[in-house]
Amino acid sequence: MARSVTPRRKMINTTAAWAVGLLIFFPILWTILTSFKTEAQAIAAPPIFLGFDWTLENYSVVMERSDYGRFLWNSIIIAGGSTILGCIIAVPAAWSMAFVPSRRTKDILLWMLSTKMLPAVGVLYPIYLLFIEMGLLDSRAGLVVVLMLINLPIIVWMLYTYFKEIPVEILEAARMDGATLKEELLYVLTPMAIPGIASTLLLNFILAWNEAFWTLNLTAVNAAPLTAFIASYSSPEGLFFAKLSAASTMAIAPILILGWFSQKQLVRGLTFGAVK
Amino acid sequence: MSLKSTFSAATALALITAGGAFADAHSATITIATVNNGDMIRMQGYTDQFTAETGIAVEWVTLEENVLRQRVTTDITTKGGQFDIMTIGMYETPIWGANDWLVPLNDLSAEYDVDDILPAMRNGLSHDGTLYAAPFYGESSMVMYRTDLMEAAGLEMPTAPTWQFIREAAAAMDDPENEINGICLRGKAGWGEGGAFITVTGNSFGARWFDEEWNAQFDQPEWANALNFYVNLMNDYGPEGYATNGFNENLSLFNQGKCGMWIDATVAASFVTGADSTVADSVGFALAPNAEGVEKRANWLWAWALAIPAGTQQEAEAKQFIEWATGKAYIELVAANEGWANVPPGARTSLYETPEYQAVPFAKMTLDSINAADPTNPTVDPVPYVGIQFVAIPEFAGMATEVSQEFSAAYAGQQTVEEALAKAQAITTEVMEAAGYR
Amino acid sequence: MATKASRSAARLMMAPAVILLLGWMLVPLIMTLWFSFRVYLPLRGGDQGWAGFDNYIRFVTSSAFWPSVQTTLIIVLGVLAITVIFGILLALLLDQPMWGQGVVRILVIAPFFVMPTVSALVWKNMFMDPVNGLFAHLWRFFGAEPVSWLSDASLPAIVMIVSWQWLPFATLILLTAVQSLDSEQLEAAEMDGAPIVKRFWFIVLPHLSRAITIVILIQTIFLLAIFAEIFVTTGGAFGTRTLSYLIFQRVLESQNVGLGSAGGVYAIILANIVAIFLMRIVGKNLD
Repeated sequence: MARSVTPRRKMINTTAAWAVGLLIFFPILWTILTSFKTEAQAIAAPPIFLGFDWTLENYSVVMERSDYGRFLWNSIIIAGGSTILGCIIAVPAAWSMAFVPSRRTKDILLWMLSTKMLPAVGVLYPIYLLFIEMGLLDSRAGLVVVLMLINLPIIVWMLYTYFKEIPVEILEAARMDGATLKEELLYVLTPMAIPGIASTLLLNFILAWNEAFWTLNLTAVNAAPLTAFIASYSSPEGLFFAKLSAASTMAIAPILILGWFSQKQLVRGLTFGAVK
Repeated sequence: MSLKSTFSAATALALITAGGAFADAHSATITIATVNNGDMIRMQGYTDQFTAETGIAVEWVTLEENVLRQRVTTDITTKGGQFDIMTIGMYETPIWGANDWLVPLNDLSAEYDVDDILPAMRNGLSHDGTLYAAPFYGESSMVMYRTDLMEAAGLEMPTAPTWQFIREAAAAMDDPENEINGICLRGKAGWGEGGAFITVTGNSFGARWFDEEWNAQFDQPEWANALNFYVNLMNDYGPEGYATNGFNENLSLFNQGKCGMWIDATVAASFVTGADSTVADSVGFALAPNAEGVEKRANWLWAWALAIPAGTQQEAEAKQFIEWATGKAYIELVAANEGWANVPPGARTSLYETPEYQAVPFAKMTLDSINAADPTNPTVDPVPYVGIQFVAIPEFAGMATEVSQEFSAAYAGQQTVEEALAKAQAITTEVMEAAGYR
Repeated sequence: MATKASRSAARLMMAPAVILLLGWMLVPLIMTLWFSFRVYLPLRGGDQGWAGFDNYIRFVTSSAFWPSVQTTLIIVLGVLAITVIFGILLALLLDQPMWGQGVVRILVIAPFFVMPTVSALVWKNMFMDPVNGLFAHLWRFFGAEPVSWLSDASLPAIVMIVSWQWLPFATLILLTAVQSLDSEQLEAAEMDGAPIVKRFWFIVLPHLSRAITIVILIQTIFLLAIFAEIFVTTGGAFGTRTLSYLIFQRVLESQNVGLGSAGGVYAIILANIVAIFLMRIVGKNLD
């Protein structure tokens, strides 16, 4: 509902929005700033905001201690793999629920969502035993599958809401023209669904990236992603705020940058059918 | 479709997406799970030397203590085989050893000199006389105090103070205007944090977790005395919010000059006298206190030790690493590069016989504190368990964490000491009944 | 409508995916159910036989059970209230014409990208620490006694941390809804002299009801399972033990998988009660 307003009003809006925005962003900003301080400056009283000697020492210590590249690569593969796999399985399911609904469709959807409420820790031992038997421990493949399953209900639901918004009339028109199911899917449905699928992919990538229970407990060396990287810097002996901040910044920077670039997509696409 | 074939199908699909993800088993690579404490981080830095000497590559999985514990416990109980060496403590070792989950370390080389390991450490890391984990470093607890503040207060710290004296000294040094707390102690919930501290405090007041029939003892007057003393001491002279302070928080407070005294792990001595400390030049050490007339002191005993899970394919290589990391040569290596004050303490007799190390200010008190601790005889009244600040049974970690949460709530003033003790008694009784001890 | 042939063709094509999907979600559920009836103690050698309903009885009669349910509900409701209310306000604000709208949006949604572990660590160490935290400095600056957030105000502290993480999500969804608001209707109401509160109450809020429903539904799912924030900050002490944290304590700290699994079943039941409750109240918004 964009409207034209007086410059004064626009000024007030801008000030208020920036103030709130900076307030919300402040913890992240503070973490990033702290990562460039020395340990002593990080806990200095009163706190120093900008007037400190900027140093890259924390980053070089972290880089020396941990193989950051490997953790990062694992995070990308696991989050990306589970998102793609999830979509491959979810698109047909959501499609059938949206276009060929039955009386139970809504119940099934809600039930799927409710399975997400099962506390993960309750099944740690069984899943761990299963993974041992299948040789999947510490493998990216295993994590891809687990994270895909965890996020599947959300993917299905998101896609379902997008598909439902696609007017059935268009599909019927296509069928009248003699389009086959495959053509209908490829040429009619897909182009209309792409914005929705894109934002679904994004949301799931974020959720998979940030998942910290299974990614910690099912990995050791080969598949350990950034959540494990962080676990080696949280609560060490002594307070190392600056190093912790550097590690935190490194763990969230990639996803933060991705999020910023795709911000428009998220703002437009993250509706869950909220807009009719 | 059967469960397994469904899984394989999905896995195959995932493999296509994820790319070949299985690790190729390298014959000469060992994987070590360890805690992110300073001494371990330092050891990682020297791993290249080990690899150069032996040709064995090392992969590290470094995790913070709580995550590490849940990670290695899951792996050992399910025989997951993810690690060739696990860093574990004195609590886990006898329990796991009794289950035959660990490789006995009874054939270490003569050069390693297993008899050189401090007897207290060796006993604590053995089950039925067999060593199951080699101590990387060991610790007890002791009093660390500010010599300058004591002097200003006109007091002198005895080598073996009582709790009554500690209270007196805390009162004398407490100086809120200059942000100096008389005393800093752990209050944070968790069996290895505040739980450990209040348990040894209990010991030094004559209390115990269980009697010989495994009846919980929190309804006994000794516990009420201990807890009331602690709460009064901390409310009067402790820092604000001590109920959430653990080792890290207190270390930071002490290093910033905000504590007159701190009773905690002996390994902290090298930190408070180190480069990060603002009070490094004025720290004195004394034995952990006891209540007047109680023969047991608040000395705990702990070691971070390296153990080999049974069933590993790399047992010989793992043993080689353990001999390297916990042997005499490693101590000399660190001493040569970083100074004697930074070597891993508390594991070997020979270290305390080294003249250079005897010159380190906290060396003697650390050794005396370790020797003052006896895990097989931790309390005044007899108990059916082994362990000083813990009870070496599988159920302990869970219930002690819950008990210490109740205590922390009392520290924060959310309930009375009596309520906390009543809840502790109920929790402990419930767990012991469920586990079939009674 | 779809023809009968295309309908069955679609069904046939989709069936494997749906079955796979449902089957997959059943696996953990069935495992939890199975273990909840077993005496499963990993540190005492694993599965030791049939337990009947012992685990269920023990879990629910434990003194920790009801407080944990209460804590769970307080956290969920607290975070929902904060994120929905501030989400609406933020969405309305962000929709206004301003300079640098894109950048502000980025600032506002950034917390959503931060790992829960990291955000808990940052809040705990750098803001809520009673000695070195920024809040402590701020309090002292104004001459007040610093608050020990994680012991004296533990629940509000956790609600705040979690709200900070989820506010962007709520704002994003509500913003899309606000953007689709019919501005002519609003302007007409403004012309008629309807006060801003009335305009909000009778035009904006009804329009947002569907988006609010969705925010509540999705967030509830995630909030019922929050774990990292508690693990890192209080470890379940000071009345912050939620049901899922209690289950964690039973399974991993006490090493009693059977008991924890029974707790897992209770958690699912609770989740479904909450879900049905939600559906009753707001379900009609979903059609």
